[in-house]
Amino acid sequence: MVETNADGLRRDEKLERLALFGLASPALLLVLVIMVIPVGWLFYVSFIGADGHFSFENYERMITQKSYARIFAKTFQVSLLTTGLCILIGYPLAYFMAGLPRHIANLCLITVLLPFWTSLLVRTYAWLVLLQKKGLVNSWAISLGLWDEPIKIVHNMTGTLIGMVHIMLPFLILPVYSAMRAIDRDYLKAASNLGAPPARAFWTVFFPLSTPGLFAGALMVFVLCLGFFVTPAVLGGGRVILVSMKIVSNIELFVNWGAASALGVMLLALTVGILWLASRFLRLEQMTGGGH
Amino acid sequence: MFGWLQKPASETQITHLQRLWLYVFAGVTMALLVLPTLIVIPMSFSDSQYLEFPPRTWSTRWYQHYFGSEEWMEATWTSLKAGFLTMIVATPIGVVAAYGMHASSLRSVRFAFVLLITPMMVPVVLIAIGAFYAYVKLGLLYSITGLVMAHTILALPLVLIVTGSALKSYDMNQELAARSLGAARWRAFLTVTLPQIRFAVVTSALLSFLTSFDEVVIAMFVSGGDNPTLTRNMFNALRDQIDPTIAAISTIMIVVTSLMMVLAQVFGRGAGGK
Repeated sequence: MVETNADGLRRDEKLERLALFGLASPALLLVLVIMVIPVGWLFYVSFIGADGHFSFENYERMITQKSYARIFAKTFQVSLLTTGLCILIGYPLAYFMAGLPRHIANLCLITVLLPFWTSLLVRTYAWLVLLQKKGLVNSWAISLGLWDEPIKIVHNMTGTLIGMVHIMLPFLILPVYSAMRAIDRDYLKAASNLGAPPARAFWTVFFPLSTPGLFAGALMVFVLCLGFFVTPAVLGGGRVILVSMKIVSNIELFVNWGAASALGVMLLALTVGILWLASRFLRLEQMTGGGH
Repeated sequence: MFGWLQKPASETQITHLQRLWLYVFAGVTMALLVLPTLIVIPMSFSDSQYLEFPPRTWSTRWYQHYFGSEEWMEATWTSLKAGFLTMIVATPIGVVAAYGMHASSLRSVRFAFVLLITPMMVPVVLIAIGAFYAYVKLGLLYSITGLVMAHTILALPLVLIVTGSALKSYDMNQELAARSLGAARWRAFLTVTLPQIRFAVVTSALLSFLTSFDEVVIAMFVSGGDNPTLTRNMFNALRDQIDPTIAAISTIMIVVTSLMMVLAQVFGRGAGGK
């Protein structure tokens, strides 16, 4: 068979594409060695019982022991509450910023980006200091007459939620804001021209158009909350035990790799399951590219 | 004077007065986003163990304690080293991968991209205990190398997203033009493409540094021995009691972060690509 120029060019092009793809190999190799293989090994360990043989005991424990069910329920509760509060607080703020002229909105965005860049640990520490019994929140509230005695707002659920909402808000606001910016405001003019009062124009025109950003942001927040460790560990003060904390204590205190791995696998399966469900409704790129 | 309140505030006929609640709400929320962190700064200069605000007596004792403590200084040094190394590993690897995946339109690119950004979605605890196990086998436990490798995979998704979106708005035909004039592919990349995406590259580098510098969970497991990181020590101190020294460290970290944000803006000025 005679090879034409076109065949040769096509082959060259294919080779070049492969070579270009090869540029990603150092990154891929690193992710493979540091994450994929070890997590695969954890998956394997989760099926090894205390006697060293194959067993489901690590998973059975999650069903039979009430404490494990409570931990999963708590994790879901905290994640849902945080996501809900982030939507309630973040959506109006994003809406406010999206209505401003661009240069003023950019200034307001700094208030969202500054915490985004600031260390998670520093922000958690700040809340710990503010919310403690002799802290600023208590002393100001008492001097304002809101309550009479120092109340416990940290080392419990309240403190955990305050800290987590503060940390997660930028993850919600940024995608919602960029989705809102992309909305053509002429639709709203058209709606009010046709007689819709402002509230109706908002709920039937603006809000539905902003939902892709809202979904992406809420999903991001929820998934991040599921595996969150630092803030609940510090602000929860041992009273709010989440799955990630149980994994750590299983390794650090009990050196029980089987139990820790099984919990980790469950956590991963939940995360992947939620992302998979969500990806049927929206594209993953929206979620990762929506940020900045 | 308050006439503007009666004026329409948006494309619908809503007035500023009807939206006053939104302005108040937004103002309060923006204040709550920023102030709780910033309030640590004056508090760190308080003489009291309880970190008063406003401080009754000012002092720099917590700073003296931080700079005078060998343990804190070594931890800071470890974190700076890890952050810097993560930056110089993750940035080139990530930029090159983003470029390769952007230029090669093979179908498996999508799969590779998803794989490379998974470290952002997988719970960090899981990555941490996996790396812990792997490093025990590889003899990398408590080494800077191991820490940097684990932090690099956390930084890669950010590098890919930031650089990838810059490449999307960059016209690849410019590189074709350079190549048709005789430049080799790598040369076309270095002299034509790279200068135009430099803001994204600088941002990626800064984000990589911060990712490593701020990271707690992986550091908890794979740093230790002679090389605990600053965040690991801070976290352990936080679990026990409210050590005012942390307020001093936090202040320094806030200042450093803000400086980096300003740096990113300065470098970004005049750069065409974003």
